[in-house]
Amino acid sequence: MGPFIAQFLTGLANAAALFLVASGLSLIFGVTRIVNFAHGSFYMLGAFIGYTVMQLLPGAFGFWSSILVAGLAVGLIGVIVEMLVLRPIYRAPELFQLVATFGVILVIQDLALITWGAEDLLGPRAPGLKGVIRILGEPVPKYDLALIAITPFILFALWYLITKTRLGVLVRAATQDREMVAALGVNQSWLFTGVFFLGAMLAGLGGALQLPKGGADLLMDFNILASIFVVVVIGGMGSLPGAFIAAVLISVLNVFGVRYMPQSTLVLMYVVMAVVLIIKPYGLMGRKEVAGEHGQVGEPEQPFSPFGRRGRLIVAVLLIALATLPFLGSKFAMILAIDIIIVCLFAASLHFILSLGGLVSFGHAAFFGGGAYAAALMVHYAGSPMELAFVLAPIITGFLAIIIGWFCIRLTGVYFAMLTLAFSQLLWSLVFQWGEVTGGDDGMVSIWPSPWASDTTVFFYLTMIIGFGGILVLRHAAHSPFGYALRASRDSAGRAEATGINTKRVQFVAFTFAGAMAGLAGTLFVFSKGSIFPTELEIGKSFDALIMVFLGGVKTLAGPLVGASALSLMQDYLTRFEYWRLALGLLIIAVVIIAPEGIAGTSQKLAARWGIIRRDEVQ
Amino acid sequence: MKLITKIAGLAMASAIGLSSVSAFAAETIKIGEINHYKRMAAFTTPYQNGIKLALSEVNGAGGVLGKPLEFIYRDDQGKPGEAVKIAEELITRDGAVMITGTIFSHVGLAIASWAGQKKHVYLAAEPLADALVWAKGNKYTFRLRASTHMQASMLAEEAAKNPAVKYATIAPNYAYGKDAVAAFEKALKKLRPDVVFVTKQWPGLFKIDAGAEVQAIEAAKPDAIYNVTFGGDLAKFVREGSTRGLFDNRLVLGLLTGEPEYIDPLKDEAPENWIVTGYPWYDFKDGANKTFVDAYMAKYSERPGIGSLVGYMVVKTIAAGITKAGSTDTEALVKAFEGLDVATPIGKIHFREIDHQATSGAFVGKTKLKDGKGIMVDWTFKDGANYLPSDEEVKAMRPASK
Amino acid sequence: MTSVLEVKELSKSFGGNHAVNNVSFAVGAGELLALIGPNGAGKTTCFNMLMGQLAPDAGEVLLDGENLVGLPPRAIWRKGVGRTFQITATYPSMTVVENVQMAIMSDKKRLFSFLPYARNLYREEAVTLLDLVGMAEQADRAAAILAYGDLKRLELAIALAHKPRLLLMDEPTAGMAPSERIKLMQLTADIVADKGISVLFTEHDMDVVFAHAHRVMVLNRGEIIANGSVDEVRDDPLVREVYLGGGTVFADKEESENA
Repeated sequence: MGPFIAQFLTGLANAAALFLVASGLSLIFGVTRIVNFAHGSFYMLGAFIGYTVMQLLPGAFGFWSSILVAGLAVGLIGVIVEMLVLRPIYRAPELFQLVATFGVILVIQDLALITWGAEDLLGPRAPGLKGVIRILGEPVPKYDLALIAITPFILFALWYLITKTRLGVLVRAATQDREMVAALGVNQSWLFTGVFFLGAMLAGLGGALQLPKGGADLLMDFNILASIFVVVVIGGMGSLPGAFIAAVLISVLNVFGVRYMPQSTLVLMYVVMAVVLIIKPYGLMGRKEVAGEHGQVGEPEQPFSPFGRRGRLIVAVLLIALATLPFLGSKFAMILAIDIIIVCLFAASLHFILSLGGLVSFGHAAFFGGGAYAAALMVHYAGSPMELAFVLAPIITGFLAIIIGWFCIRLTGVYFAMLTLAFSQLLWSLVFQWGEVTGGDDGMVSIWPSPWASDTTVFFYLTMIIGFGGILVLRHAAHSPFGYALRASRDSAGRAEATGINTKRVQFVAFTFAGAMAGLAGTLFVFSKGSIFPTELEIGKSFDALIMVFLGGVKTLAGPLVGASALSLMQDYLTRFEYWRLALGLLIIAVVIIAPEGIAGTSQKLAARWGIIRRDEVQ
Repeated sequence: MKLITKIAGLAMASAIGLSSVSAFAAETIKIGEINHYKRMAAFTTPYQNGIKLALSEVNGAGGVLGKPLEFIYRDDQGKPGEAVKIAEELITRDGAVMITGTIFSHVGLAIASWAGQKKHVYLAAEPLADALVWAKGNKYTFRLRASTHMQASMLAEEAAKNPAVKYATIAPNYAYGKDAVAAFEKALKKLRPDVVFVTKQWPGLFKIDAGAEVQAIEAAKPDAIYNVTFGGDLAKFVREGSTRGLFDNRLVLGLLTGEPEYIDPLKDEAPENWIVTGYPWYDFKDGANKTFVDAYMAKYSERPGIGSLVGYMVVKTIAAGITKAGSTDTEALVKAFEGLDVATPIGKIHFREIDHQATSGAFVGKTKLKDGKGIMVDWTFKDGANYLPSDEEVKAMRPASK
Repeated sequence: MTSVLEVKELSKSFGGNHAVNNVSFAVGAGELLALIGPNGAGKTTCFNMLMGQLAPDAGEVLLDGENLVGLPPRAIWRKGVGRTFQITATYPSMTVVENVQMAIMSDKKRLFSFLPYARNLYREEAVTLLDLVGMAEQADRAAAILAYGDLKRLELAIALAHKPRLLLMDEPTAGMAPSERIKLMQLTADIVADKGISVLFTEHDMDVVFAHAHRVMVLNRGEIIANGSVDEVRDDPLVREVYLGGGTVFADKEESENA
């Protein structure tokens, strides 16, 4: 019994930081409807700032004041981010803000690096709470007990704030009905700023509070991001008690997982999440999403049509020009082009469901990585030749998409996004922890093309054929009756259903199709690199694809290609500099603010305005 | 639409054009150095300093084959996929003649696989997983440092002298950790068949949940603990373990724990009486080790880490290899590195023909707190050549064709 | 008269409130039947049950004798029931003609076909339908930029795309200028007369109702209180009581209605 209780207490203590950060994220989402990817960065900043202030303020008083100072400081940073980055783009298309918050992640990463250096900082121990207390003979660190005591206090304080104060009333009202609050004459932008302050402050507090149990390092932002999304989603978006329950559930489960199923702790977390969402799609304490709240925002896209003769000619000329690359460019130019074609196909597949289907997936990496791993496993275990892998891996990925889609398609908007994220994380954790089969962190190496295709030039042509073939198939699908049915389901589900279209089935098929195409991109990827690692399944990979699509322009067919090429070239160029994240992050934020329709969308608009192309030529 | 396609095409074309310009002008012999510069800065900074110290010596003495040696440093963010991409880029765009570097074993293994496929020489400096030269070894991959097998065998030798029977292990769940535990288990069981392993904990690399890990190990009630965690994981594990009394009255062995890069950040929380491998730079009285430490401290005014030593040895090895080869041609380099002898601060090392592993040794000692930080005492230097398996065993492990 | 649609004892309540209570009626072949009633009378609830968007608590909806209860909207549509919405629902990202083509493609079960270009499929049929509602010259404009009256006509064309036997029109003239209302309803009446389609529609504008309906039903508090010819209903004292006594007049321009 003693060890059992001790483990339970460890879980409760671990839940403290998780709850704080997650509740901040949940609050921000509830009021502003912004999924703040940068929330992990606020947490990391809290840790770094707390560490620094603790060096200056001695003693127990200094320690606890440092935590408060860190919270306040991060809250102010949140305000700055909200006012500078998010305010200009509240009117942008649905979920566009997430691209901006991703830019913020990059910026904060490098600013933290510049300020605190790259070395991990081991947090100072809490003065007066260094020892243990024996509970039923088991040692329990005093600081753990302090954390366990603090968490309910903060939950209560938040509860008081939300239920008993004017700000709280507004926050609740805004969570229920934003238009109503605006109609009541409340200055919405200041309400948003206030909520951002509160949310960021909670994350900062969380970061500072965990210092004695961990420290501050530059990986903290992404390391906690997945967990807090899990907590927020399990608890129900916008629900504080939900976040608390979920944080405790996940943390306690994790502690017991380490003890009893050490190889599957991560899998466990995502399985719990998936199960909860399948039973309660809106989380343990979440509300059903108000229909229509996440429909298309902004003006609808222009009707588009397939290329005419001139357009096809131009595409053909461009492809032929690219095909001469082996004769003109260096070997590296070919390798870069291969990389770009692969990400173009990946981005185009996401664009297909995201733009045409209106289904914003946060977990598209599941299919890219899934395809790559399917091919790698086939080659590694079955000695399958490359040619067979190119056929079967996308099909396998399609089946994977059928399974994931079966659970996800029922949901819409941000809940759909979150569930896709959960499933892709589940897949990642499976690959990551099932080391005997997948190699875990070590990945799978020596997955090389067949001898005839192993020459870079040959593989370049192969990539061109398969990559552009895939892109053309996706484009053609957009113009086919199926593509129209998909757009119809997005434009007006009611009309579509009332004219015989089974919108969910159409979306399901589209999801599967897009998954298979991402799998094709993944297959190309694994043979081009000769190896595959779980990083290709990580959240960051899904984010990459989202950024490419949004950056290029959601509402144009060329968007994903433009976005993917632009981001790849920017990355290729910028990563040679020391602080490339800062530059890339600022660039992304700039694009988001200046060109909210994306690069392709905005340049089309400008071109039309300046008379370079006719309005009806805009697709 | 058409305009966009045009712009995209132009952008792609111009990028490709740009990229093809820089490849030539071979005034220097370029070596591609890939590392986790940001992610493992505690290690890579002294490592890079070590490289620069050796480069100034080599180039000061006229370079190699009459040309100066030049290192191109690239950060792979600790991601294997990224590392492979950079390796390709270093060779095809920057004109590097070979690749070296990396700390994480899985990154090293990825580059090794790429090197084998694309036929470029890769000198693995710091990745220690045994598979690199054995199960997944290939013709083009060489390793400089004492591998997990060698260092774990050294620790097993010390462990076997103790009465402890029940062992627990904790290691990061990737190539290095897995090989380190497997090698230790094998070596210890050979010396002490009565030993049992009561629990094996595998936290994800830099994802440790230290409190839970400590409780899980405690629950297994081991006599001894074998630790393979390092960096931030080690700091968290040591703090939780010390707080909860996990290490009290237990034999603890720590692979790499005595290396300044990992023990210094622990400050006064550094554990005492662990048997560790490491680098006692503060203790050298004379000889080549002392000369190196003095030269390093004279140049940088800070202590060297084991990384400094490794970086220094990398340059010396490459210089010796290219000199022996007489050219920078890959096949000539492979031939030269096979059987290469290099004089280093820790003595002469030999790159074995049979598996391309160098016979570098390691320092083994006990940890102790001194002036608020951890050091190694009672240390000895063990020659790596004595801790390698027989040729038959190696042959059985290495893929036949290569 | 043979009836196309027969509704038997249809009921639906929300939390104890009988939105539709034991309603029975029939729509004859070729008949233009108006369903009127004050706000909150249950018209939209009734409509939503007919279209399969809402499951009734009890009762039957028979289309040519076949029970539609339990079928989703898309299945009911496939049985030959078309509908227009109170607030127009079209596909703003498509052109006018593509909106109609979409419905025809659905009717022809081409939704999952990948090969052809959708814009070339059934274009002629679609343009013919647009011509019918006077929208042919706007065929290639984006639906998003249409005037509201044109959207209503587009909806009518979409509703006719699968040659329905029955058309359900929820406030077909809502949101239009009075002069346009009569024109649209005249157009509708002509088309359905020509094609022999039965129509059930709800309407607030009594001028529209009295000008075109063959028959009128009055719903109040979920129950049918009158059912007869235009003149009968107009002179019905109970109906006058409901509308006048309830503070609602025939010329009420209120558009919104509670479900």
